[in-house]
Amino acid sequence: MSKKIITPVASLAHILPEDYRDLVEKGPHGKSVGIKDLGSFKEITEEHPHCAGCGVSLGVRLALAALPAPEDTLVVGTPGCSFFALSQTAVNYSNTAFGNQNSVASGLKRMLSIRYPDKDKDVVVMAGDGGIADIGLDMTLHSWFRGEKISTIMLDNEVYGNTGGQESGMSPEGQVLHMAPKGKNFKKIPVFEMARTAGCVYGARVTIASPKRLGRAVNRAILLARELGPTYVQIYTPCPTNMKFSPADTIRIAKEAGSTHYAFEEFMTEEAALRIAVMEGEQGKIQD
Amino acid sequence: MCSEKKKNRDTIAELLHGLRNKAFITGSEAVAEAVKRANVDMAIAYPITPQSESMHLVGELFAKGHIKDYYRAENEFAVMAAVHGAALGGGRVFTATSGPGTLRAMEMFPVWAGARQPIVCAFMCRGVSLPPSIQPENIEMGMLLDTGMLMLHAENGQDFFDMILQAYLVAEQPDVHLPVGVFADGFFVTHTREEMLLPPEDCCLPPYDPGFAPVPVFDMETPPMRITRDPLLNKSNFISGNANASWHQEVLAAAERARKHIAHFMGGLLEVENPGAKIFIAASGTAVSQSREALRMMQAEGMDVGLIKIKSIRPFPGSELSKALEAADLVVVPEFNAGGWLAREIRATIDRNHRVIGAPRVFGGMTMPPWLIVEEVKKALGAGQSRGGC
Ligand code: SF4
Repeated sequence: MSKKIITPVASLAHILPEDYRDLVEKGPHGKSVGIKDLGSFKEITEEHPHCAGCGVSLGVRLALAALPAPEDTLVVGTPGCSFFALSQTAVNYSNTAFGNQNSVASGLKRMLSIRYPDKDKDVVVMAGDGGIADIGLDMTLHSWFRGEKISTIMLDNEVYGNTGGQESGMSPEGQVLHMAPKGKNFKKIPVFEMARTAGCVYGARVTIASPKRLGRAVNRAILLARELGPTYVQIYTPCPTNMKFSPADTIRIAKEAGSTHYAFEEFMTEEAALRIAVMEGEQGKIQD
Repeated sequence: MCSEKKKNRDTIAELLHGLRNKAFITGSEAVAEAVKRANVDMAIAYPITPQSESMHLVGELFAKGHIKDYYRAENEFAVMAAVHGAALGGGRVFTATSGPGTLRAMEMFPVWAGARQPIVCAFMCRGVSLPPSIQPENIEMGMLLDTGMLMLHAENGQDFFDMILQAYLVAEQPDVHLPVGVFADGFFVTHTREEMLLPPEDCCLPPYDPGFAPVPVFDMETPPMRITRDPLLNKSNFISGNANASWHQEVLAAAERARKHIAHFMGGLLEVENPGAKIFIAASGTAVSQSREALRMMQAEGMDVGLIKIKSIRPFPGSELSKALEAADLVVVPEFNAGGWLAREIRATIDRNHRVIGAPRVFGGMTMPPWLIVEEVKKALGAGQSRGGC
């Protein structure tokens, strides 16, 4: 999209809401801004309707701030807590049926490649652990097997948040949750490992407690998906409401997870590593 | 190949009413012939009998360059989701499915309608489990009546060819912009070779122009950028509840607005043969062909019987039927399914609906010999006479 598309004619600008005018004047479109610049530009999402201290809303905010080209990014999701922030973000956001996000994204990406052969249109799946690892696992994996040029970002709160705290395939083993009254009796589904096997050219596992690392992972994932193939970022986004911890403790919980079961990890193909070296050489190295 | 330079000719009139050549082909081949002329950007396939062959042929069209993208997806729900994504992106798409595949994909059909996608999907109807059946049967149509999708029912291969092209024309009208299912009774239509009339290969629909869509294209080139094109999430909030309800009403209103376009491109939602008759057979799909034969047999016996062929199931030709059946004493509705959805629709539409006999019904692979229809008519007349006139 060119900035012209969203720029109002001067005589009508004053009737538009302030946050819209802000977006046009101070938004991230066409600029190279990221997590490190938060606070200096108008973000494409704001005023999230999530619970206080929600890890998902922070995950969404950070991931959106790290988009390399928000003006040409289309986000596909599935119903769940992530919907609430994404549906009021200033990008095209699609949320259709349950778990089908990687199929919708496959069709969308291919059609946009037909219609805009000379332009990069970044199609990004952003959905929860239930959508990606449970109800949509087959479609997630198949989009990777097919080598679709889309990025998949899992906002992993390890629980079904929006429906009231049920067990998800990504919940930790032993955790007592609705629908797991005696505790979950199998391990977290190894989606991260499966991503590598299924053909993702890049993968990263991060938590919201490391914003710059998260931003770099999202940025790399999207840029590599443009050229090489599917990419995957799994973000730990803890849920105070259903995991019953204080909203003030979200970052502490995420940090602890980062040194236990959610240690940072990245994988990439050789080709992806070469591409990253070139891209980040061009951009100037992003510091952790 | 649909040539770019022919964009400006009046291709629609030429396609529908221009010169045609004879071809001796199957229904599956007719699907591919229609897709070839439909200027489709992308098709996605998943195998299921008896639909597979048509999507193999559509794949060959891709290999030859008639379609810009095509792939085999992992299941029918994934297919319907992916064509939804592709349609969101502003292009013309095609897919097809059948029986159990239709049921597996079910969640996506109301999404298509709710998102106002002009997707055309061919349904080559067959029985659904359990017990498993791969025989012709159109029970799936009864299950799709309230998805918001428009539904056309082909009698034979020629109809199937024409209706796929007509479906795009209706679906893409700015005041409609809804998905259209084109249904044919599997095997009878898909696997039967018949003589059809086809326009020349380079006579195609003009390309789809997403600029005429009544909803913003999902490409980050069409403001507003902050859009969710899909059915609105209806939480316990008065405003979102109202927004959801009014959106839903608009989907239904769009289907009503399709009537005039169906009349224009297809010559009406139904066809009536022998309009002055007192006894009618009303049918859709291949039951129409069987009814034609039954009609001929009864007319040979001196009976005055008429036939109503219902082409559009959604929107349903309620007022047309009421008018055509105003003076009728008996309406026999033969169907290829156990549920009898067409008889139910007709009963719900016309007055004095005791006139409607929902029979014969065949399913699970049974055929419908014309004498079965004749017998039902005679049985109903006999019962009527014993009651003192029907
Ligand atoms: S339920 Fe949990 S994940 Fe959902 S909005 Fe509340 S805190 Fe966030």
